[in-house]
Amino acid sequence: MLGLQSYRLLADMNRLLASLFHQGVLDEHFLQLQQLQDESSPNFVSQVVNMYFNESEKLLRSLRALSVDREHWEYKKVRLHLNQLMGSSSSIGANRIRNVCIAFRAASEQNNRPGCLRALDLLEHEFCYLKNKLHEFFLIEQQQVLAAGIRYPNYPMPQHPN
Amino acid sequence: MDCEMENEHSEEMDMEVLSSMWPEDINEEGKMFNLEKPGADHDMLEGVKSKEEPAAVDFNRLVDLTTYSEKGSSQLSNLVKSWEYKQANAVRLLREELDSLSKQQKKVELKKLEMIEEHRFEEHKYGGNKRPVSVLDEVYDIWQEVPRRKNDVVVHDQRPEIEAEYDTIIFWKQRAIHLEKLLEASMQREQIALEKLQESIQSLERQSSPVEELSQVLRRADNYLHFVLQNAPVVIGHQDNELRYRFIYNHFPSLGEEEIIGKTDVEIFAGGGVKESQDFKREVLERGVAAKREITFETELFGSKTFLIYVEPVFSKAGETIGVNYMGMDVTDQVRKRERVAQLREEIAVQKAKETELNKSIHITEETMRAKQMLATMSHEIRSPLAGVVSMAEILSTSKLDKEQRQLLSVMLSSGDLVLQLINDILDLSKVESGVMRLEATKFRPREVVKHVLQTAAASLQKILTLEGHITDDVPVEVIGDVLRIRQILTNLISNAIKFTHEGKVGIKLYVVTDPCACKQGDSPNIKYKEEQSAPVKGSHDHNIQSTSKCRCDQKDFDGQKQGEVPCQCRAHNDETRTSLENGTSTNGDREEYLPHETTVWIRCDVHDTGIGIPEKALPTLFNKYMQAGADTARKYGGTGLGLAICKQLVELMGGQLTVSSKEHQGSIFTFILPYKVSTMYDCSDDPDELQDMMGHDAANDMNDDDANSGFFKFQPRTLGPIFSASGPGRSQTLRPNGFGLGAIHTRTAYPQDSSSFPSGNNTPKEICLIEDACSEVDVTETSPEPESSLMYSPECNNKNSIVNEQIKHDDENSQLKISSINTCSSSQRRKGDLDMTKISDPREMCQMQTKSERSSECTSNDSRDIPKTTSKPKILLVEDSKINVMVARSMMKQLGHEIVVVNNGVEAVRAIHSSHFDIVFMDLYMPLMDGLEATRLIRSFEETGNWEAAIKAGVEFDVSHSNSITNGQQSLSSRKRIPIIAMTANALSESADECYANGMDSFVSKPVTLNNLRQCFQEYLPPSL
Repeated sequence: MLGLQSYRLLADMNRLLASLFHQGVLDEHFLQLQQLQDESSPNFVSQVVNMYFNESEKLLRSLRALSVDREHWEYKKVRLHLNQLMGSSSSIGANRIRNVCIAFRAASEQNNRPGCLRALDLLEHEFCYLKNKLHEFFLIEQQQVLAAGIRYPNYPMPQHPN
Repeated sequence: MDCEMENEHSEEMDMEVLSSMWPEDINEEGKMFNLEKPGADHDMLEGVKSKEEPAAVDFNRLVDLTTYSEKGSSQLSNLVKSWEYKQANAVRLLREELDSLSKQQKKVELKKLEMIEEHRFEEHKYGGNKRPVSVLDEVYDIWQEVPRRKNDVVVHDQRPEIEAEYDTIIFWKQRAIHLEKLLEASMQREQIALEKLQESIQSLERQSSPVEELSQVLRRADNYLHFVLQNAPVVIGHQDNELRYRFIYNHFPSLGEEEIIGKTDVEIFAGGGVKESQDFKREVLERGVAAKREITFETELFGSKTFLIYVEPVFSKAGETIGVNYMGMDVTDQVRKRERVAQLREEIAVQKAKETELNKSIHITEETMRAKQMLATMSHEIRSPLAGVVSMAEILSTSKLDKEQRQLLSVMLSSGDLVLQLINDILDLSKVESGVMRLEATKFRPREVVKHVLQTAAASLQKILTLEGHITDDVPVEVIGDVLRIRQILTNLISNAIKFTHEGKVGIKLYVVTDPCACKQGDSPNIKYKEEQSAPVKGSHDHNIQSTSKCRCDQKDFDGQKQGEVPCQCRAHNDETRTSLENGTSTNGDREEYLPHETTVWIRCDVHDTGIGIPEKALPTLFNKYMQAGADTARKYGGTGLGLAICKQLVELMGGQLTVSSKEHQGSIFTFILPYKVSTMYDCSDDPDELQDMMGHDAANDMNDDDANSGFFKFQPRTLGPIFSASGPGRSQTLRPNGFGLGAIHTRTAYPQDSSSFPSGNNTPKEICLIEDACSEVDVTETSPEPESSLMYSPECNNKNSIVNEQIKHDDENSQLKISSINTCSSSQRRKGDLDMTKISDPREMCQMQTKSERSSECTSNDSRDIPKTTSKPKILLVEDSKINVMVARSMMKQLGHEIVVVNNGVEAVRAIHSSHFDIVFMDLYMPLMDGLEATRLIRSFEETGNWEAAIKAGVEFDVSHSNSITNGQQSLSSRKRIPIIAMTANALSESADECYANGMDSFVSKPVTLNNLRQCFQEYLPPSL
């Protein structure tokens, strides 16, 4: 039973990932990211993603702060932030966020303020969504790793070299 | 004449006024009253005299007036009084003069007396100073003495004359002579007196008579009056008790004297206001009280003029009115001005009222906007956490739960969904209202949509209802429209129908109609199309669209066969080697593709039920927001009343119309007619794979897959609503196969087991939409087309999906193995492809290659080929400010066996290149301090000139310690050759690519950087020795 838990969790992870893919929240770059994870950097993906969330949160905050300034809208700064966000989002494969960023940037290039504000709202929403989902994903992954470590005492252990 | 000027009750004052008006030239000579110079006076009078004509006078009447009217006599007496007063004044002055003269005489006499007295004192000196003489006494004496003295003299004179003896002849002779002398003297005196008398008579004659004087005064007054009145726009007149003019003064006479005198107003001229003035005068005459009135005349004589008329009665001595004095002043201009001012004031008032009204409405509008904005924001705010809750609950529902937990969870999920739906509704509405809603044009199959909607409805059905769908044969298999929205409308209408239907059936009927109005057909699709075109969200550009569409068209040439698809895409991308990742979204492609061959078909959709119906009086407001058929309905059935409003707005947005017909207690039919585009080119000879794919393996679907083309679906009532069925929550029943479960089954059925042949591009956007729609409410309302398109654009994605699916299917190690094999596959393949292709930056191509190679089953692991390359490691500089990207890139480099130096901005990059040598530079475009373009320019300028002046000029400070003079020679040699600089940007538009090349960059890698991209770059730009 306990041994099966690990597989169940793995399936859950994959399902979750699949749903995220189907919704277009993530794209194949996330898989590439996963491929980059190996023994030398076991938590690579979660590290990167965590860093991404920290950075993006900062960016979003400053974007929000910029958007609050009613009279003076610094499109240049906004675009700079957006480019950063877009770059990092595409690196981890946060497809939908990146798409929203593109829309946002297009709006900012046209000095379309309402469009920007909408895009910002959407961005924040997407960000939350992605964060929740990935958080969930990593939680399941963690559980899976834990579960994978549990064995019945009499279960044949993997053969040690010694 | 000046009696008109008189004011009856202040005669005294008038006297004063008169006297002040006239110079008192009676005593003019040598008097101080003469203020005016005679010459000027004369001139003025002359001028005045010439103006005497305007006055027309009936002199008889004037005499009558002055004689009989009280006023006239008082006027005369006034004149007399004034004359008397003047005469008295003259007398007084004469007396005063006399007094002063006599005083002077007395003084002179006094002096004389004094002199005499002095002499007398001299006489008395001999007798000594007997008594003191006071001055006063002396003066007294003088008064007494003077006449006495005179007498004395006279007596003294007579006495010596009669020296002869009394009563003698001599005496008498002497007496006679004396008397004769006296007589003579008296005669002389008489003569003198006579002369004097004569003289005085003459002088008396010379003096002017009071009458003359009076008439002079009158003339003067007359003259002055004329002088004052000569330019005044006044008419002065006197009318008798029959209101016949007896006198009129009019400076601008338009009629002769004979035409006016003796006639009444009415007789003189006709027109508006004449009668009124006549009546007014009569009224004054009768009442005997003076009055003023403004009368507007509208006569032929002088046009339209307004006169201010003052009429006062004239009384006879007996107190009877004998006529009126009349004075009119032309106030036309004033009246006009006054009217204008009044009008302006009125206008201003109206304006102000309007302004306040406008301000109010602006305020209200602003408030509404703000409220809407807030609503939207709030909805977002609520939605995000709620999405978390719901999705967590979904996850939870997949875990192991006991029955009770599962039930609780299902309730939780359905409530969560409800709230989400509600918020989505609000958002939708505000989107449609604010015009933000964009429509997508995607290919879809109406039959499937209907079926899915009914399926979904059936799955959550809690009543014993039959759901049926009927589609006539003439409805095209595939049409183009915004399937998400159409689904939304259908779902809304169906759920509405189910909500209000307790037994019987609910159904959808679809059939083609001729377009409802000819003009509409022309209009709306165009509008719609424009909307789509302008959708900025797609962020793509024509260039790429063309390429993609070209590819798609090619695909059509291949008759839609999957086999043909891969080569065709290859072809397209050979043409457009730099097509970037995110551009070729299939949504765009689809849209463009159908343009030349499309026709419009109008499909009518009836959603009918056998429910409670809608009362007739509720029909007009049915589609209003927050409006339900009635308060009791709302209480009984709940809901926000937003659904129909949204449906209507969506339908209208798509250029159609939504109507309803209903009979209470029998049911209602909601009908919407929408235009759809149909591709005539594509003759839906659909491949079964797609179909299968579409249908999935829905648990609720017990139909044959081929039903997609059949025109009738029926979902019979179940025994009990599945939500509470023991088998598990109805929701997850429908959800799981569609969402999470889909992948696994999908792969097994749709994809051949042979994993090396990838059926690429079989997920059309619509299908994914549908699936997504069904499984995740969260995304349904998102306007952005990206979610689905992102999955679409390349087979690579399917590739990955399949990997995921594989992972689900196989166990851990197995999938791991698979990934690596595919990975290496692609790398090896790339090496092969490189032979004929020099520049590949598009990952899609990689996929093409990949699939190609995989199809030819050349899947051999080639990892070892990469690793030996890294024996002499190239120096790589990564210029990137984003930590995440740095981390990812570093990790990728590590996998490729490279080490990298990382700097964070352009300045640091220039410094790094200044201080050491690099074989290749990866440069992010947008960075703080200095962006990639500038840094590249600076580096290139160094390479050309051999010095860093440009960089120093740009403000880059070089670390002196690092500026190694030792390596300088070597460096300048080595770095003189062009360092490959590869731009990295998330800005995938080709103009930014142009910008990169223009600034001296060698290549262009769009973010996200992939292993393939990196490998390719290394291959291309690193010398083979490295």
